[in-house]
Amino acid sequence: MDDFQVIDNCLMVKLPEEVDHHKSSYICERADSYILREEVENIVFDFEDTRFMDSSGIGIIMGRYKKIVCFGGKVFVIHADPQIRRILRVAGLNKLIEIMD
Amino acid sequence: MTVEKDLQQTGGVTERAPWRNEMSMEFDAVSVNESFARVAVAAFVAHLNPTLEEVADIKTAVSEAVTNAIIHGYDNVYGYGKHGNSQPAYLIIHPGKVRLRCSLEKDVLRIEVEDHGKGMENVEQAMEPLYTTKPEYDRSGMGFAFMEAFMDELEVRSEPGRGTVVHMTKKLGTYPLIEEEI
Repeated sequence: MDDFQVIDNCLMVKLPEEVDHHKSSYICERADSYILREEVENIVFDFEDTRFMDSSGIGIIMGRYKKIVCFGGKVFVIHADPQIRRILRVAGLNKLIEIMD
Repeated sequence: MTVEKDLQQTGGVTERAPWRNEMSMEFDAVSVNESFARVAVAAFVAHLNPTLEEVADIKTAVSEAVTNAIIHGYDNVYGYGKHGNSQPAYLIIHPGKVRLRCSLEKDVLRIEVEDHGKGMENVEQAMEPLYTTKPEYDRSGMGFAFMEAFMDELEVRSEPGRGTVVHMTKKLGTYPLIEEEI
C-alpha cells in the first residue's frame, strides 16, 4: 500500500482523513511491522489528507516515538493543519518531535 | 435514534423557552460509531455558524468521550484491524450502548455521553493527563485532558459496575480569546 513507504532509513506514514481509535490500531500494527522488518531509523507522519485527529493519534505518535527513540531515531510531522498542530501542542508532543511544513 | 426538536411555535403553552433545542441518540459501542457521533454533534450546532476551530474542538471532545465509553466502559478495545483480517472488528456485535445527549440553550452547547459499562473507581486519577489503564493498546491517556482543553466545563460522574456519565459544556462564539495561548 502507498500509505506506508520506506525511503532510505525513513518510514513515511500517510495518515487517513480521520485519525481516531477506529483507524489507529491498524496504523500502529502496520507501522510496527515496518519498523521491525525494515529496521527504520526515523518516522515521518504525513498529515496532508488528515482533517481530524483525537488523542488516538497522539497514542500512535507516542508509541512509535518510544520504539525508535532508544536507537537514536527521530519522529517528524509534516503537512499538519493548524488544528492538528494545536492538538499536538496541547499534548506537549511539540517538545518530542519535529513539526515541519 | 430519536431527534427531538423544539419548534418555535408549539401551538400554545410550552414550558421550554423557544431557543432551546435538544437531541439524543443511542448507538452500539463499536469503533465505527465514533465518527458518526462527532459528526452528528457538529451537524447539530451547524446552524449557529460556529468557527472551524469550534467545530474541531467539539468533534475532538465528543470523540474522546465516546471512545472512552467504548474502550474503557465496555472494554471493546478493537478498532478496525486488530481483530485479524478475516473478521473486521466492526462486524462484531457488541451489546453495550452509548447514549449521547445534546442541548443548545442560545449559544451554550451541553453534551452528555453516558455508558452503562464498568465505571471507574477513581475518577480523579483517570482524569490525570497521561494516565491510562490501557497503554498496551497505544492509548495516550490524554482523553480527559483534551475534553478539558477543548470545552469550557467538564464533569465526570462514575460508579463502578454501573457506568459513567461525562458532561461537557461549551459556549460558542467566544473563540478569539485563545489561539496562541497554548
